[in-house]
Amino acid sequence: MIPDQAHDVVQLRDVSFTWPGQHRFNITIDEFVLQGNEHLLLLGPSGSGKSTLLSLLAGIVQPRAGDIRILGTDMTALGSAARDRFRAEHFGIIFQMFNLLPYGAVVDNVLLPLRFAPGRRARAIEAGGVEKEAHRLLTALGIEEELHTQPAAQLSVGQQQRVAASRALIGAPEIIIADEPTSALDRDRQRDFLDLLFSQAHKVGAALIMVSHDSSHKERFGRTENLRDMVCISKEDVS
Amino acid sequence: MIIIRLALQSLRNRWITALLTIMSIAFSVMLLLGVEKVRNSARASFSNTISGTDLIVGARSGGMQLLLYSVFHIGNATNNLTWRSYKEIAARPEVKWIVPLSLGDSHKGFRVMGTTKAYFQHYRYRDKRALVFAGGGIFNDLFDVVIGADVARALDYQMGDKITVAHGIGEIGAKHDDTPFRVTGILKKTGTPVDKTLHVGLRAIEAIHVDWQTGTKIPGQTTPAARMRKMKLRTKSITAALVGLKSRLQVFHFQRFVNNYRREPLSAVMPGLALHEMWALVGTAETALLAVSAMVVVTAILGLMTMIFSTLNERRREIAILRSVGAGPQTVIGLLVSEASILTALGVVIGVASLYTLLLAVRPFIDRAYGIHLEMSAPSGPELLVLGAIILGGVVAGLLPAWRAYRQSLADGMMVRT
Repeated sequence: MIPDQAHDVVQLRDVSFTWPGQHRFNITIDEFVLQGNEHLLLLGPSGSGKSTLLSLLAGIVQPRAGDIRILGTDMTALGSAARDRFRAEHFGIIFQMFNLLPYGAVVDNVLLPLRFAPGRRARAIEAGGVEKEAHRLLTALGIEEELHTQPAAQLSVGQQQRVAASRALIGAPEIIIADEPTSALDRDRQRDFLDLLFSQAHKVGAALIMVSHDSSHKERFGRTENLRDMVCISKEDVS
Repeated sequence: MIIIRLALQSLRNRWITALLTIMSIAFSVMLLLGVEKVRNSARASFSNTISGTDLIVGARSGGMQLLLYSVFHIGNATNNLTWRSYKEIAARPEVKWIVPLSLGDSHKGFRVMGTTKAYFQHYRYRDKRALVFAGGGIFNDLFDVVIGADVARALDYQMGDKITVAHGIGEIGAKHDDTPFRVTGILKKTGTPVDKTLHVGLRAIEAIHVDWQTGTKIPGQTTPAARMRKMKLRTKSITAALVGLKSRLQVFHFQRFVNNYRREPLSAVMPGLALHEMWALVGTAETALLAVSAMVVVTAILGLMTMIFSTLNERRREIAILRSVGAGPQTVIGLLVSEASILTALGVVIGVASLYTLLLAVRPFIDRAYGIHLEMSAPSGPELLVLGAIILGGVVAGLLPAWRAYRQSLADGMMVRT
């Protein structure tokens, strides 16, 4: 069955990539497709090509060969500035930890992507104004009002992850990437965090890709893939 | 807007290192500009000491030497100019005015200079300014003294005070207790060696030496002042003479005349030319000083670069976050370059402000101790250029780490280094 191109949010085909440096690893991905509204859990330990896959998706690096289409746009045809702009407009990214500029106010951290994404800014203004939207998201993710203007460094790790989620969601980007966002949290907080993330992602209709080495949240995702099955890593002979 | 705010917050987060960097730049700017200011002020002070004099005539010697001992009272004349030659030169048709100067005696460490009333009329300093009396007037009597402003202040002399003048130069010269001089005039401050000089008539110089013969006091002989007044005191020689000509066009011609004077070996120098000679001599030292100051500035900028490089590792996270929200190279590079520029600009501003404050504070002291009048003028064109170059240096110092940070962010990919 030929996949419906318009419906596919992410399409990777025959992609190969080599990290520069002494130990050159060649990474190949034959096929990876993600549909709109899909919530995908990618399972795999570190060193399974996770970072490479996410960097390729977000357009931070370019593949050596192959085809990457995000929201119908051919990423390999874009220059680096255009890819940066594309990432700002269409991706919300949550890291494992150290998501925030520690000296910046919580609300400034949330507003940061809008500086680079006029489309998301316009959507936030439509929703009632950028500041208001930031406060709304923070409150929805359980950050008390009085913390919004505090420096991000004053928040607990769990709170910081929820601020990062607010930042990823503001202006409703189409794709949310979360790279082990709960690994620094305990079980109960992991569940709370995912509850909030899922409900908010659902609200804005975003596709969600979460990478984890922990399969315990498997049942909550519509689809689970193993990175090992998808990504092939080979050590390249430098000589 | 948000980026600038975050950049400032980031800087505030590292305020100690930032402050130290700013300080080191400020100090280097202070040093560089300070050296330049002192240098210019010293030059100006020297250049301002004599004005309106076309030639200085003295016994044959180097031009610089003649200028130094006759006008700046630095060092001593090797030889004198006979009164007869002086009269002959004074009688030349080209000469508009001539002022004899007779040096060689001192009073409590200050020089005593014998001259004529013409001195007060023709001596000019700083843009042809004439000497002005703060009190009293020109000497009339044999034992009248006109003192400079520094002499009056340092020795606390008032009008009418009786003083003694010694033969010889130095803190403790042989004293002529018997020649009672009286302060009849106090000059206003000029910022020139005039302030440190006691002026007497030429005959007074002879009076000081009445009881002296070939450098030693004649034993048992003390001529009372009253008798001295009646004595025929003839000037036999003077140290130098300031000459003003009727036309400046005659300077070279007249100079040749003096230099070729047959009766005795003489020299005539143009003050400006002699000063020029002196600058050529001290120029090397000035250049060395300036070079050292420039090195200090370079060191400060290298320090700035070191600071930015050393924070790069901890800022890798910051940069990864910015990259993840879509910041391009221009934002990452702009952030680090603007940080370097802001620190440098602040350093320059603080350095300039501190320098002027310091100059204002030490000005009276420098003036008193060295006779150098520190100018409080705004930075000159070349100085502004140097300041601009320093800020540019700061920008360049930011570019290198910024470029490296961007390269790193590419290599890091979608990862936040822990």
